[in-house]
This record gives sequence, C-alpha cells and structure tokens, in this order.
Amino acid sequence: MTATKHIEMHAVRKAFRFFTLEDLTLELGPGQIMGFVGPNGAGKSTSIRLMTGLLTPDAGEVRVLGHSMPREQAVAKRDIGFVSDDMRLFAHATLGWHMQFVASIYPGWDAKYAQTLVKRFNLRPEQNVSGLSSGEHAKAVLLLALARRPRLLILDEPTSGLDPVARHEVLSEFMDVLRDEDRSILFSSHNTVDVERISDRISFIDRGRLIDSSDKEDFLERWRRIQLQLPAGTTVPDLPHVVSRVVDGQFVTLTTNRFSQDLLAFLGSNVRDVHRMSLEEIFVANVMHHRETRGQ
Amino acid sequence: MYSGINISQTDARPMYLQIMEQIRARIVAGDWPMGRELPSIRALAAALSVSVITIKRAYLDLENEGVIVTRHGKGSFVADVNGLAGELQEEKLDEHLAAAAGLGRQLGLTPDDLAERLRRAIRNMDKK
Repeated sequence: MTATKHIEMHAVRKAFRFFTLEDLTLELGPGQIMGFVGPNGAGKSTSIRLMTGLLTPDAGEVRVLGHSMPREQAVAKRDIGFVSDDMRLFAHATLGWHMQFVASIYPGWDAKYAQTLVKRFNLRPEQNVSGLSSGEHAKAVLLLALARRPRLLILDEPTSGLDPVARHEVLSEFMDVLRDEDRSILFSSHNTVDVERISDRISFIDRGRLIDSSDKEDFLERWRRIQLQLPAGTTVPDLPHVVSRVVDGQFVTLTTNRFSQDLLAFLGSNVRDVHRMSLEEIFVANVMHHRETRGQ
Repeated sequence: MYSGINISQTDARPMYLQIMEQIRARIVAGDWPMGRELPSIRALAAALSVSVITIKRAYLDLENEGVIVTRHGKGSFVADVNGLAGELQEEKLDEHLAAAAGLGRQLGLTPDDLAERLRRAIRNMDKK
C-alpha cells in the first residue's frame, strides 16, 4: 500500500495579467519537509494559494492530503495548518482569546501542547495582540497553527521576520513535528541556510516555472565547482552537464549539475580544486542557467 | 533528548559527514559501546534540527562502513568496536607503507632493499 501523498500538483497553470505560473508539477510525501525556494515574484505565494484552495487553477490538478483542491477544501483544511507572513490577529484581543477561538473550531486542538509552545516561544496569553512585537506576532500565529496538530503545515515565509534566536526556536519546533512520520511541512523561504538545514526535499521556482525539485542530499551531491588550470594554448571541449564556464587566461571555472568521478578522470591533471556548493550557490547557479537556456 | 553532536555552518564539509565523524569519534572513544542503540533517525533529526534525510544518509554510510548495524524495525546499533578499531589501524598501516614505498622509490631503493630496511627496523624495535 502506498501512502497518500500530502501534496500533489500536476501540470498546474494559473495566469494573471502580468504573471503566469506554468506547468507546475510537484509532490510531497508524509514525514517530509519541503523547502520551496525562489526569488521575489517567482510564484511561491501563488503556488501556496493554489495548494490551500485560495485560488482555482486554470489547468492541471491540485490534490492535498488526497483531496482535490479547491473543490474539497473544506475537508482538506481540517488537517492543514496554513500560515503566511501577512496574516494578522485581532489587535484588541489577547493571544489567550485567539487560542480559545481556534480550539473551539478545530477538534484536534492540543491544549497541553499549546501551553508548552507558549513557554518555548516566550509568549504571554493574557497580552493584547496590539502589544506584541512583529517577531512575537509571527510566533503567535505559528503557535495557533502548530497546536492544532495538523497533518500538513503550509508556511509562507515563516521565518522571515524573526531574529536568530526566534528562528532557532521555530525551526526546532518544526523538526519536533516531524518526529511523527505521518506529518509533513512545506515552507517557502529566501533563507537558504534554514532550508538547507531542515529540508528533505527542495524545489526551486523562478519566473513562474519550477526549475528543479529533488532530495536535498541529491542536490548537494550533484553540484560542484571545478577549478582547472590548462596548459597554455589549450581549451576545454564542450562537456555535458556543465552549466557555466568562466575562462580567465589559463584558469577555468566549471560549474556542473551532474558531478561524477568520470568527469574528474576526464579532466585529469588539469584539475586544481573541486568545491562543494552551498544551497545558496546552487540556487543562484540554477536560476541563472535556466534563464540563459530560456533566452531571458 | 540527545544533542551532543554539533553542526557547524562554517565547516566546509557537508552536514552528514560532520555527523558521521562525531559518531565515529564517540564509538572509538568507547563512550558508545558495542551493541548500544543509536538515537532513532527522527529523534536525532529533531534533537539537532537537521533534516531526516541528512541523518538517514549519515546512518546509511556508517552502516556501509560497518560501524553500525541496522536491524529492520528495531533500530541502529553500534557494531563490533574491535573490528572498527582494527580496521582503522589497518588503514593507517597501509597509508604509512604507501608513504614508505614512495620515499624508497625517490631514493632509488629496490623492493628488496626496502624490505630489508623494514626488517632492520623491526629488529631494532625488538632490541629495545
């Protein structure tokens, strides 16, 4: 028996006047964290609104927890916790009032866990929302989603307004959710350090298109920067899977997205250095490469 | 909750290698004796705030090295530590022998000359 995918998007298209999301296909299984990474305006929030049933696709299929979206969103949403950084709580009510409110709607509300989170996040339930700092507000919104214990958390830039300490608290909490193999998280972020640390799968999106989606370890293993020093007067032939080549006299830097020992053996004694790449470097190289191939 | 393993963002090595290295050190030091159960993949991922796939990769590679054994549905355990220590020493010996062979070639020694020098070194050690 195969477990139901928590998110399945197939050939999804959504067009606006100045922006089109095209041919988006991705999957997230239970027990996994997916980092959804893209520059501003890439289509991250549009994709997330399609997943949460806030938008209807022009074409293609969106299924979340086995339910077709947006048609079956009422059922699906019982088990989805959605947080975006533009959500605002009621300014003149306390956090405690919000907790009771959410508890009254969602039967899965875990009051004990909510109390634990209040302590871990250093929040005060009796405080009015209007008195919260922006970081505390972000943590309060996350608390309200986490304490429902949804099977799927969809988080749009959950760490963007947080200081380093708060980010650490929040990321630890995400990993704690994943102790349960039937839960999953999709989160969008610009912060590739956070994504590199906690994601199992990573999807890169740029200008309305998915440019790469794969296991994190797979990304980190495939990409390398190779520095060569060539004998004077020689050049490197065109090689497959080389996404960029910078020549500076006898010194050449190749970036490959399919590193292998064969490639290294082929380049032989010309190789001066081989470097692994951080997720941020991979992301930028990937985006630039795709923009070039599409002639943009 | 176990959190004695450190992940450094300024370390150029990937996270799974940093984790493997620190687990190996605990086993070689004897802090984690043979047969000891390792933290479950999800528990260690939560403790270190590192993705599940990274811990999986580290455990899989440690298993391939024979440092740990994984019993399906039961968890991962420290393998025979004597085997590990022995293997590491064997590896070290091979490294030193390769270095000696290289030096011998630079000096123009024949394999027999080199073997004789090794025998002499052993005799000198026995005398002491």
